[in-house]
Amino acid sequence: MSETPKIELRNVCKSFGRKVILDNLNISIAPGESLVVIGGSGTGKSVMLKCILGLLTPESGEIYIDGEEITNQPAHVREKLLLKTGMLFQYAALFDSLTVWENVAFGLIQAHGMKRGPAKEIAIEKLALVGLAADVANRKPAELSMGMQKRVGLARAIAADPEIIFFDEPTTGLDPIMGDVIDTLIRDCTKALGATTLTISHDMEGAQKIADRIALLYKGNVVWSGPAAEINTCGNPYVEQFVHGDVDGPIKLDILKP
Amino acid sequence: MERNFLATIGRVFIAFMAAVGRIAIFTAQALRHCFAPPFYLRLIGKQMMDIGYYSLPVVGMTALFTGMVLALQIYVGSSRFNAESAVATIVVIGLTRELAPVLSGLMIAGRVGAAIAAEIGTMRVTEQIDALVTLSTNPFKYLVAPRLIAGVITLPILVLIADIIGVSGGYLVATEKLGFNAGTYLQNTFDFLETNDVVSGLIKAGVFGFIVTLMGCYHGFNSTGGAQGVGKATTNAVVSSFVLILISDYFLTVLLID
Repeated sequence: MSETPKIELRNVCKSFGRKVILDNLNISIAPGESLVVIGGSGTGKSVMLKCILGLLTPESGEIYIDGEEITNQPAHVREKLLLKTGMLFQYAALFDSLTVWENVAFGLIQAHGMKRGPAKEIAIEKLALVGLAADVANRKPAELSMGMQKRVGLARAIAADPEIIFFDEPTTGLDPIMGDVIDTLIRDCTKALGATTLTISHDMEGAQKIADRIALLYKGNVVWSGPAAEINTCGNPYVEQFVHGDVDGPIKLDILKP
Repeated sequence: MERNFLATIGRVFIAFMAAVGRIAIFTAQALRHCFAPPFYLRLIGKQMMDIGYYSLPVVGMTALFTGMVLALQIYVGSSRFNAESAVATIVVIGLTRELAPVLSGLMIAGRVGAAIAAEIGTMRVTEQIDALVTLSTNPFKYLVAPRLIAGVITLPILVLIADIIGVSGGYLVATEKLGFNAGTYLQNTFDFLETNDVVSGLIKAGVFGFIVTLMGCYHGFNSTGGAQGVGKATTNAVVSSFVLILISDYFLTVLLID
Protein backbone atom coordinates (compact mmCIF):
# COMPACT_ATOMS: atom_id res chain seq x y z
CA MET A 1 0.00 0.00 0.00
CA SER A 2 1.41 3.37 -1.01
CA GLU A 3 2.19 6.06 1.56
CA THR A 4 -0.43 8.81 2.11
CA PRO A 5 0.81 12.03 0.49
CA LYS A 6 1.53 14.87 2.88
CA ILE A 7 -0.10 17.34 0.48
CA GLU A 8 -2.32 16.39 -2.41
CA LEU A 9 -4.28 18.51 -4.92
CA ARG A 10 -6.89 16.69 -7.00
CA ASN A 11 -8.44 18.39 -10.04
CA VAL A 12 -8.24 21.83 -8.45
CA CYS A 13 -9.79 24.61 -10.54
CA LYS A 14 -9.70 28.31 -9.83
CA SER A 15 -10.51 31.26 -12.04
CA PHE A 16 -10.96 35.00 -11.65
CA GLY A 17 -13.82 36.08 -13.89
CA ARG A 18 -13.17 34.53 -17.27
CA LYS A 19 -9.47 34.02 -16.63
CA VAL A 20 -8.72 30.44 -15.72
CA ILE A 21 -5.78 30.28 -13.30
CA LEU A 22 -5.77 26.65 -12.14
CA ASP A 23 -7.14 24.11 -14.60
CA ASN A 24 -7.69 20.67 -13.08
CA LEU A 25 -4.38 20.86 -11.25
CA ASN A 26 -3.08 17.64 -9.73
CA ILE A 27 -0.03 17.66 -7.46
CA SER A 28 1.09 15.19 -4.81
CA ILE A 29 3.94 15.65 -2.34
CA ALA A 30 5.26 12.75 -0.28
CA PRO A 31 6.19 13.13 3.41
CA GLY A 32 9.65 14.66 3.77
CA GLU A 33 9.81 15.57 0.10
CA SER A 34 10.85 19.00 -1.15
CA LEU A 35 8.88 20.05 -4.23
CA VAL A 36 9.68 23.24 -6.07
CA VAL A 37 7.02 24.49 -8.46
CA ILE A 38 8.48 26.72 -11.16
CA GLY A 39 6.76 28.68 -13.87
CA GLY A 40 6.37 32.10 -15.39
CA SER A 41 4.45 34.99 -13.89
CA GLY A 42 0.69 34.47 -13.93
CA THR A 43 0.81 30.69 -14.33
CA GLY A 44 -1.01 30.10 -11.05
CA LYS A 45 1.82 29.31 -8.62
CA SER A 46 0.79 31.80 -5.94
CA VAL A 47 -2.90 31.00 -6.41
CA MET A 48 -2.12 27.32 -5.87
CA LEU A 49 -0.31 28.14 -2.63
CA LYS A 50 -3.14 30.41 -1.45
CA CYS A 51 -5.69 27.66 -2.19
CA ILE A 52 -3.72 25.20 -0.06
CA LEU A 53 -3.46 27.71 2.79
CA GLY A 54 -7.17 28.54 2.61
CA LEU A 55 -6.58 32.15 1.62
CA LEU A 56 -8.49 31.44 -1.60
CA THR A 57 -11.22 28.87 -2.18
CA PRO A 58 -11.04 26.76 -5.35
CA GLU A 59 -14.18 26.42 -7.46
CA SER A 60 -13.80 22.67 -7.67
CA GLY A 61 -11.42 19.90 -6.76
CA GLU A 62 -10.06 18.75 -3.43
CA ILE A 63 -6.97 19.54 -1.38
CA TYR A 64 -5.72 17.06 1.19
CA ILE A 65 -3.21 17.48 4.00
CA ASP A 66 -2.19 14.18 5.64
CA GLY A 67 -5.12 12.55 3.84
CA GLU A 68 -7.63 15.00 5.36
CA GLU A 69 -9.73 17.01 2.93
CA ILE A 70 -9.43 20.69 3.85
CA THR A 71 -11.06 22.61 1.02
CA ASN A 72 -14.43 23.32 2.59
CA GLN A 73 -13.56 22.97 6.25
CA PRO A 74 -14.68 25.70 8.68
CA ALA A 75 -12.12 28.27 9.85
CA HIS A 76 -11.45 26.65 13.24
CA VAL A 77 -10.63 23.28 11.62
CA ARG A 78 -8.29 24.96 9.14
CA GLU A 79 -6.61 26.83 12.01
CA LYS A 80 -5.83 23.48 13.65
CA LEU A 81 -4.44 22.08 10.39
CA LEU A 82 -2.32 25.17 9.88
CA LEU A 83 -0.68 24.53 13.26
CA LYS A 84 1.50 21.96 11.51
CA THR A 85 2.56 24.34 8.75
CA GLY A 86 4.93 27.29 8.40
CA MET A 87 5.12 29.85 5.63
CA LEU A 88 7.79 32.19 4.31
CA PHE A 89 6.21 34.99 2.26
CA GLN A 90 7.76 36.59 -0.82
CA TYR A 91 8.48 39.85 1.02
CA ALA A 92 8.60 38.21 4.48
CA ALA A 93 5.27 39.82 5.59
CA LEU A 94 6.62 40.55 9.06
CA PHE A 95 4.27 42.35 11.45
CA ASP A 96 5.77 45.82 11.52
CA SER A 97 4.15 46.77 14.84
CA LEU A 98 6.00 43.93 16.62
CA THR A 99 9.69 43.41 17.36
CA VAL A 100 11.69 40.74 15.56
CA TRP A 101 11.44 38.21 18.40
CA GLU A 102 7.69 38.83 18.77
CA ASN A 103 7.34 38.11 15.06
CA VAL A 104 9.26 34.85 15.33
CA ALA A 105 7.39 33.81 18.48
CA PHE A 106 3.97 34.95 17.23
CA GLY A 107 2.65 31.50 16.36
CA LEU A 108 4.07 29.99 19.54
CA ILE A 109 2.28 32.59 21.71
CA GLN A 110 -0.99 33.07 19.83
CA ALA A 111 -1.64 29.65 18.34
CA HIS A 112 0.27 27.29 20.64
CA GLY A 113 -0.51 29.20 23.86
CA MET A 114 3.11 29.46 25.01
CA LYS A 115 4.14 32.07 27.63
CA ARG A 116 6.14 35.04 26.35
CA GLY A 117 9.32 34.16 28.28
CA PRO A 118 9.92 30.66 26.89
CA ALA A 119 8.65 31.77 23.47
CA LYS A 120 11.30 34.50 23.40
CA GLU A 121 14.02 31.96 24.19
CA ILE A 122 12.88 29.76 21.30
CA ALA A 123 12.69 32.81 19.02
CA ILE A 124 16.30 33.72 19.80
CA GLU A 125 17.35 30.09 19.18
CA LYS A 126 15.62 30.13 15.79
CA LEU A 127 17.16 33.49 14.93
CA ALA A 128 20.57 31.97 15.65
CA LEU A 129 19.72 29.07 13.31
CA VAL A 130 19.20 31.53 10.46
CA GLY A 131 22.40 33.40 11.30
CA LEU A 132 20.98 36.38 13.18
CA ALA A 133 22.47 37.56 16.47
CA ALA A 134 20.39 37.97 19.63
CA ASP A 135 20.69 41.77 19.48
CA VAL A 136 18.46 41.76 16.40
CA ALA A 137 15.63 40.31 18.50
CA ASN A 138 14.49 43.61 19.96
CA ARG A 139 14.62 45.57 16.72
CA LYS A 140 11.62 46.38 14.52
CA PRO A 141 11.40 44.76 11.03
CA ALA A 142 11.65 48.18 9.34
CA GLU A 143 15.18 48.52 10.75
CA LEU A 144 16.37 45.39 8.88
CA SER A 145 17.55 44.85 5.30
CA MET A 146 15.39 42.68 3.00
CA GLY A 147 17.86 39.79 3.38
CA MET A 148 17.60 39.99 7.16
CA GLN A 149 13.81 40.26 6.96
CA LYS A 150 13.72 37.09 4.85
CA ARG A 151 15.84 35.32 7.47
CA VAL A 152 13.47 36.51 10.22
CA GLY A 153 10.59 35.24 8.06
CA LEU A 154 12.34 31.88 7.79
CA ALA A 155 12.87 31.80 11.56
CA ARG A 156 9.14 32.51 12.02
CA ALA A 157 8.25 29.76 9.54
CA ILE A 158 10.29 27.14 11.42
CA ALA A 159 9.61 28.45 14.96
CA ALA A 160 7.02 25.81 15.85
CA ASP A 161 8.97 22.97 14.15
CA PRO A 162 6.25 22.50 11.51
CA GLU A 163 5.74 19.32 9.50
CA ILE A 164 5.06 21.29 6.32
CA ILE A 165 6.71 24.54 5.19
CA PHE A 166 5.65 26.69 2.25
CA PHE A 167 8.04 29.10 0.56
CA ASP A 168 6.72 31.81 -1.75
CA GLU A 169 9.58 32.94 -4.02
CA PRO A 170 12.07 33.00 -1.16
CA THR A 171 14.91 34.67 -3.06
CA THR A 172 12.93 37.39 -4.88
CA GLY A 173 14.44 40.83 -4.37
CA LEU A 174 17.76 39.54 -3.03
CA ASP A 175 21.23 39.74 -4.52
CA PRO A 176 22.67 36.38 -5.76
CA ILE A 177 24.86 35.89 -2.70
CA MET A 178 22.06 36.55 -0.22
CA GLY A 179 19.77 34.42 -2.40
CA ASP A 180 22.22 31.55 -2.06
CA VAL A 181 22.43 32.10 1.70
CA ILE A 182 18.62 31.87 1.96
CA ASP A 183 18.51 28.75 -0.25
CA THR A 184 21.18 27.08 1.88
CA LEU A 185 19.33 27.99 5.08
CA ILE A 186 16.06 26.65 3.66
CA ARG A 187 17.73 23.38 2.66
CA ASP A 188 19.52 22.94 5.98
CA CYS A 189 16.63 23.97 8.22
CA THR A 190 14.04 21.85 6.45
CA LYS A 191 16.31 18.79 6.32
CA ALA A 192 17.05 19.19 10.04
CA LEU A 193 13.30 19.32 10.77
CA GLY A 194 12.49 16.53 8.31
CA ALA A 195 9.73 18.78 7.00
CA THR A 196 7.81 18.46 3.76
CA THR A 197 8.26 21.61 1.72
CA LEU A 198 6.49 23.25 -1.18
CA THR A 199 8.34 26.14 -2.77
CA ILE A 200 7.29 28.34 -5.65
CA SER A 201 10.08 30.04 -7.51
CA HIS A 202 11.43 31.53 -10.73
CA ASP A 203 14.99 30.94 -9.64
CA MET A 204 16.32 27.83 -11.41
CA GLU A 205 19.61 27.67 -9.53
CA GLY A 206 17.89 27.97 -6.17
CA ALA A 207 15.23 25.46 -7.19
CA GLN A 208 17.85 22.83 -8.00
CA LYS A 209 19.56 23.48 -4.69
CA ILE A 210 16.54 22.95 -2.45
CA ALA A 211 14.34 20.59 -4.48
CA ASP A 212 14.04 16.82 -4.47
CA ARG A 213 11.54 17.19 -7.28
CA ILE A 214 10.62 20.04 -9.59
CA ALA A 215 7.28 20.66 -11.31
CA LEU A 216 6.75 23.16 -14.12
CA LEU A 217 3.40 24.93 -14.10
CA TYR A 218 1.97 26.40 -17.29
CA LYS A 219 -1.58 27.69 -17.79
CA GLY A 220 -2.69 26.32 -14.45
CA ASN A 221 -1.45 22.79 -14.93
CA VAL A 222 1.72 20.75 -14.49
CA VAL A 223 3.43 20.22 -17.85
CA TRP A 224 6.49 18.44 -16.44
CA SER A 225 7.46 16.95 -13.12
CA GLY A 226 10.61 15.05 -12.25
CA PRO A 227 13.69 14.77 -10.06
CA ALA A 228 15.62 18.04 -9.66
CA ALA A 229 18.77 16.44 -11.10
CA GLU A 230 16.98 15.72 -14.40
CA ILE A 231 15.72 19.20 -15.16
CA ASN A 232 18.59 20.03 -17.51
CA THR A 233 18.43 16.74 -19.40
CA CYS A 234 14.75 15.83 -19.47
CA GLY A 235 14.19 16.99 -23.06
CA ASN A 236 10.77 18.44 -22.30
CA PRO A 237 10.27 21.44 -24.64
CA TYR A 238 8.48 23.50 -21.97
CA VAL A 239 11.28 22.90 -19.47
CA GLU A 240 13.99 23.63 -22.03
CA GLN A 241 12.37 26.92 -23.00
CA PHE A 242 11.91 27.93 -19.37
CA VAL A 243 15.42 26.91 -18.28
CA HIS A 244 17.08 28.70 -21.19
CA GLY A 245 14.72 31.69 -21.06
CA ASP A 246 13.87 31.47 -24.77
CA VAL A 247 11.09 33.63 -26.17
CA ASP A 248 10.27 31.01 -28.84
CA GLY A 249 8.77 27.72 -27.79
CA PRO A 250 5.58 26.15 -26.52
CA ILE A 251 5.28 28.66 -23.66
CA LYS A 252 3.43 31.69 -25.02
CA LEU A 253 3.57 34.96 -23.13
CA ASP A 254 0.58 37.31 -22.99
CA ILE A 255 2.46 40.31 -24.38
CA LEU A 256 1.61 42.38 -27.40
CA LYS A 257 4.37 42.60 -29.99
CA PRO A 258 5.25 46.16 -31.03
CA MET B 1 -30.97 57.02 -23.93
CA GLU B 2 -33.75 56.43 -21.39
CA ARG B 3 -32.80 52.76 -21.22
CA ASN B 4 -29.15 53.64 -20.55
CA PHE B 5 -30.19 56.00 -17.78
CA LEU B 6 -32.33 53.32 -16.13
CA ALA B 7 -29.54 50.78 -16.53
CA THR B 8 -27.12 53.14 -14.82
CA ILE B 9 -29.52 53.65 -11.91
CA GLY B 10 -29.96 49.88 -11.70
CA ARG B 11 -26.21 49.25 -11.65
CA VAL B 12 -25.66 51.87 -8.95
CA PHE B 13 -28.49 50.42 -6.86
CA ILE B 14 -27.14 46.87 -7.20
CA ALA B 15 -23.62 48.02 -6.31
CA PHE B 16 -25.01 49.88 -3.28
CA MET B 17 -26.97 46.86 -2.07
CA ALA B 18 -23.92 44.63 -2.59
CA ALA B 19 -21.82 47.01 -0.48
CA VAL B 20 -24.49 47.04 2.24
CA GLY B 21 -24.50 43.24 2.17
CA ARG B 22 -20.71 43.05 2.44
CA ILE B 23 -20.70 45.47 5.39
CA ALA B 24 -23.52 43.52 7.08
CA ILE B 25 -21.60 40.23 6.74
CA PHE B 26 -18.39 41.89 7.98
CA THR B 27 -20.27 43.39 10.97
CA ALA B 28 -21.86 40.05 11.87
CA GLN B 29 -18.48 38.29 11.71
CA ALA B 30 -16.83 41.03 13.75
CA LEU B 31 -19.53 40.97 16.43
CA ARG B 32 -19.34 37.18 16.69
CA HIS B 33 -15.61 37.43 17.41
CA CYS B 34 -16.17 40.23 19.97
CA PHE B 35 -18.20 37.90 22.16
CA ALA B 36 -16.30 34.62 21.69
CA PRO B 37 -13.02 33.77 23.46
CA PRO B 38 -10.06 34.09 23.32
CA PHE B 39 -10.06 37.81 24.19
CA TYR B 40 -6.83 39.65 23.46
CA LEU B 41 -6.82 41.86 26.59
CA ARG B 42 -3.34 43.26 25.88
CA LEU B 43 -4.47 44.40 22.42
CA ILE B 44 -7.74 45.82 23.76
CA GLY B 45 -5.73 47.82 26.32
CA LYS B 46 -3.35 49.09 23.63
CA GLN B 47 -6.24 50.13 21.40
CA MET B 48 -7.94 51.89 24.32
CA MET B 49 -4.76 53.90 24.82
CA ASP B 50 -4.56 54.74 21.09
CA ILE B 51 -8.23 55.65 20.73
CA GLY B 52 -8.77 57.25 24.12
CA TYR B 53 -5.67 58.57 25.83
CA TYR B 54 -3.91 59.86 22.72
CA SER B 55 -7.13 61.51 21.49
CA LEU B 56 -7.64 63.45 24.73
CA PRO B 57 -5.85 66.64 23.56
CA VAL B 58 -7.81 66.97 20.32
CA VAL B 59 -11.15 66.05 21.91
CA GLY B 60 -10.46 68.27 24.92
CA MET B 61 -9.59 71.28 22.74
CA THR B 62 -12.68 70.73 20.59
CA ALA B 63 -14.94 70.50 23.65
CA LEU B 64 -13.39 73.52 25.34
CA PHE B 65 -13.83 75.86 22.40
CA THR B 66 -17.25 74.46 21.52
CA GLY B 67 -18.43 75.18 25.07
CA MET B 68 -17.00 78.70 24.88
CA VAL B 69 -18.57 79.48 21.49
CA LEU B 70 -21.87 77.93 22.56
CA ALA B 71 -22.07 80.21 25.62
CA LEU B 72 -21.38 83.27 23.46
CA GLN B 73 -23.89 82.39 20.73
CA ILE B 74 -26.66 81.39 23.12
CA TYR B 75 -26.11 84.59 25.07
CA VAL B 76 -26.56 86.60 21.85
CA GLY B 77 -29.80 84.75 21.05
CA SER B 78 -31.30 84.59 24.52
CA SER B 79 -30.56 88.25 25.32
CA ARG B 80 -32.98 89.23 22.53
CA PHE B 81 -35.90 88.11 24.70
CA ASN B 82 -34.32 88.59 28.13
CA ALA B 83 -33.67 84.89 28.72
CA GLU B 84 -29.95 85.14 29.57
CA SER B 85 -30.45 82.86 32.58
CA ALA B 86 -31.03 79.98 30.15
CA VAL B 87 -27.44 80.14 28.83
CA ALA B 88 -26.02 77.70 31.40
CA THR B 89 -28.81 75.17 30.91
CA ILE B 90 -28.71 75.28 27.12
CA VAL B 91 -24.91 74.97 27.10
CA VAL B 92 -24.90 71.89 29.32
CA ILE B 93 -27.82 70.20 27.54
CA GLY B 94 -26.49 71.06 24.10
CA LEU B 95 -23.09 69.67 24.98
CA THR B 96 -24.10 66.50 26.80
CA ARG B 97 -26.92 65.45 24.49
CA GLU B 98 -25.49 66.47 21.15
CA LEU B 99 -22.31 68.39 20.58
CA ALA B 100 -19.84 66.47 22.74
CA PRO B 101 -20.75 63.01 21.35
CA VAL B 102 -21.08 64.13 17.72
CA LEU B 103 -17.96 66.32 17.62
CA SER B 104 -15.91 63.75 19.55
CA GLY B 105 -17.15 61.06 17.16
CA LEU B 106 -16.13 63.12 14.14
CA MET B 107 -12.72 63.94 15.66
CA ILE B 108 -12.11 60.27 16.45
CA ALA B 109 -13.21 59.32 12.93
CA GLY B 110 -10.59 61.68 11.51
CA ARG B 111 -7.82 60.67 13.89
CA VAL B 112 -8.46 57.02 14.74
CA GLY B 113 -10.68 55.76 11.91
CA ALA B 114 -8.14 56.89 9.35
CA ALA B 115 -5.25 55.36 11.31
CA ILE B 116 -7.06 52.01 11.67
CA ALA B 117 -7.86 51.89 7.95
CA ALA B 118 -4.27 52.79 7.02
CA GLU B 119 -2.73 50.24 9.40
CA ILE B 120 -5.02 47.34 8.47
CA GLY B 121 -4.93 48.32 4.80
CA THR B 122 -1.13 48.23 4.81
CA MET B 123 -1.25 44.87 6.55
CA ARG B 124 -3.58 43.62 3.81
CA VAL B 125 -1.44 44.75 0.86
CA THR B 126 1.83 43.56 2.45
CA GLU B 127 0.36 40.08 3.13
CA GLN B 128 0.55 40.54 6.90
CA ILE B 129 -3.12 39.51 7.22
CA ASP B 130 -2.39 36.38 5.17
CA ALA B 131 0.55 35.75 7.50
CA LEU B 132 -1.82 35.91 10.49
CA VAL B 133 -3.98 33.21 8.88
CA THR B 134 -0.98 30.96 8.24
CA LEU B 135 -0.03 31.39 11.91
CA SER B 136 -3.46 29.97 12.90
CA THR B 137 -4.65 33.36 14.14
CA ASN B 138 -8.04 34.64 13.06
CA PRO B 139 -7.59 38.23 11.73
CA PHE B 140 -11.10 39.18 12.87
CA LYS B 141 -10.31 38.14 16.40
CA TYR B 142 -6.80 39.62 16.43
CA LEU B 143 -7.31 42.85 14.46
CA VAL B 144 -11.00 43.74 14.35
CA ALA B 145 -12.52 42.63 17.68
CA PRO B 146 -10.02 44.46 19.95
CA ARG B 147 -10.53 47.72 18.03
CA LEU B 148 -14.33 47.45 18.14
CA ILE B 149 -14.37 46.65 21.85
CA ALA B 150 -11.92 49.48 22.60
CA GLY B 151 -13.94 51.95 20.49
CA VAL B 152 -17.24 51.13 22.19
CA ILE B 153 -15.72 51.38 25.69
CA THR B 154 -13.43 54.36 25.12
CA LEU B 155 -15.56 56.87 23.25
CA PRO B 156 -18.15 57.24 26.07
CA ILE B 157 -15.28 57.88 28.53
CA LEU B 158 -13.86 60.50 26.16
CA VAL B 159 -17.28 62.10 25.77
CA LEU B 160 -17.77 62.25 29.54
CA ILE B 161 -14.46 64.12 29.79
CA ALA B 162 -15.49 66.32 26.84
CA ASP B 163 -18.78 67.12 28.65
CA ILE B 164 -16.85 68.36 31.70
CA ILE B 165 -14.33 70.36 29.64
CA GLY B 166 -17.05 71.84 27.40
CA VAL B 167 -19.16 72.96 30.34
CA SER B 168 -16.03 74.45 31.91
CA GLY B 169 -15.39 76.39 28.69
CA GLY B 170 -18.92 77.78 28.78
CA TYR B 171 -18.50 78.65 32.46
CA LEU B 172 -15.24 80.50 31.76
CA VAL B 173 -16.73 82.65 29.00
CA ALA B 174 -19.96 83.26 30.92
CA THR B 175 -18.23 84.38 34.11
CA GLU B 176 -15.14 86.12 32.69
CA LYS B 177 -16.54 87.71 29.54
CA LEU B 178 -20.31 87.93 29.87
CA GLY B 179 -20.40 88.90 33.54
CA PHE B 180 -22.46 85.98 34.89
CA ASN B 181 -22.33 85.24 38.62
CA ALA B 182 -20.27 82.05 39.07
CA GLY B 183 -22.56 80.50 41.70
CA THR B 184 -25.75 81.22 39.75
CA TYR B 185 -24.26 79.88 36.51
CA LEU B 186 -23.23 76.62 38.16
CA GLN B 187 -26.62 76.32 39.88
CA ASN B 188 -28.41 76.78 36.53
CA THR B 189 -26.08 74.24 34.98
CA PHE B 190 -26.82 71.48 37.46
CA ASP B 191 -30.41 72.26 38.48
CA PHE B 192 -31.85 71.60 35.05
CA LEU B 193 -29.46 68.82 33.99
CA GLU B 194 -31.04 65.34 34.06
CA THR B 195 -29.27 61.99 34.17
CA ASN B 196 -30.90 61.15 30.85
CA ASP B 197 -29.11 64.07 29.16
CA VAL B 198 -25.71 62.63 30.04
CA VAL B 199 -26.64 58.98 29.51
CA SER B 200 -28.17 59.59 26.07
CA GLY B 201 -24.92 61.31 25.01
CA LEU B 202 -22.88 58.39 26.28
CA ILE B 203 -25.08 55.87 24.44
CA LYS B 204 -24.56 57.87 21.26
CA ALA B 205 -20.82 57.90 21.94
CA GLY B 206 -20.76 54.09 22.24
CA VAL B 207 -22.55 53.75 18.90
CA PHE B 208 -20.23 56.28 17.25
CA GLY B 209 -17.20 54.43 18.64
CA PHE B 210 -18.53 51.26 17.06
CA ILE B 211 -19.17 52.99 13.72
CA VAL B 212 -15.71 54.60 13.54
CA THR B 213 -13.76 51.45 14.39
CA LEU B 214 -15.99 49.26 12.20
CA MET B 215 -15.54 51.51 9.16
CA GLY B 216 -11.78 51.74 9.75
CA CYS B 217 -11.49 47.96 9.98
CA TYR B 218 -13.85 47.25 7.07
CA HIS B 219 -12.19 49.58 4.59
CA GLY B 220 -8.69 48.59 5.72
CA PHE B 221 -9.52 44.90 5.50
CA ASN B 222 -10.88 45.25 1.98
CA SER B 223 -8.20 47.54 0.58
CA THR B 224 -6.47 46.41 -2.61
CA GLY B 225 -3.84 47.63 -5.02
CA GLY B 226 -0.92 48.92 -2.97
CA ALA B 227 -0.38 52.45 -1.69
CA GLN B 228 -3.21 53.94 -3.74
CA GLY B 229 -5.61 51.33 -2.36
CA VAL B 230 -4.58 52.10 1.21
CA GLY B 231 -5.10 55.84 0.59
CA LYS B 232 -8.55 55.15 -0.85
CA ALA B 233 -9.42 52.91 2.10
CA THR B 234 -8.41 55.66 4.52
CA THR B 235 -10.54 58.26 2.75
CA ASN B 236 -13.51 55.91 2.53
CA ALA B 237 -13.21 55.05 6.23
CA VAL B 238 -13.31 58.70 7.27
CA VAL B 239 -16.07 59.76 4.86
CA SER B 240 -18.32 56.78 5.63
CA SER B 241 -17.78 57.29 9.38
CA PHE B 242 -18.75 60.96 9.10
CA VAL B 243 -21.89 60.18 7.11
CA LEU B 244 -22.95 57.26 9.32
CA ILE B 245 -22.36 59.27 12.51
CA LEU B 246 -24.58 62.11 11.30
CA ILE B 247 -27.32 59.78 10.02
CA SER B 248 -27.31 57.57 13.10
CA ASP B 249 -27.28 60.67 15.31
CA TYR B 250 -30.72 61.66 14.04
CA PHE B 251 -32.20 58.19 14.54
CA LEU B 252 -30.59 57.79 17.96
CA THR B 253 -31.92 61.17 19.02
CA VAL B 254 -35.46 60.20 17.95
CA LEU B 255 -35.11 56.88 19.76
CA LEU B 256 -33.67 58.39 22.94
CA ILE B 257 -36.20 61.23 23.12
CA ASP B 258 -39.04 58.74 22.74
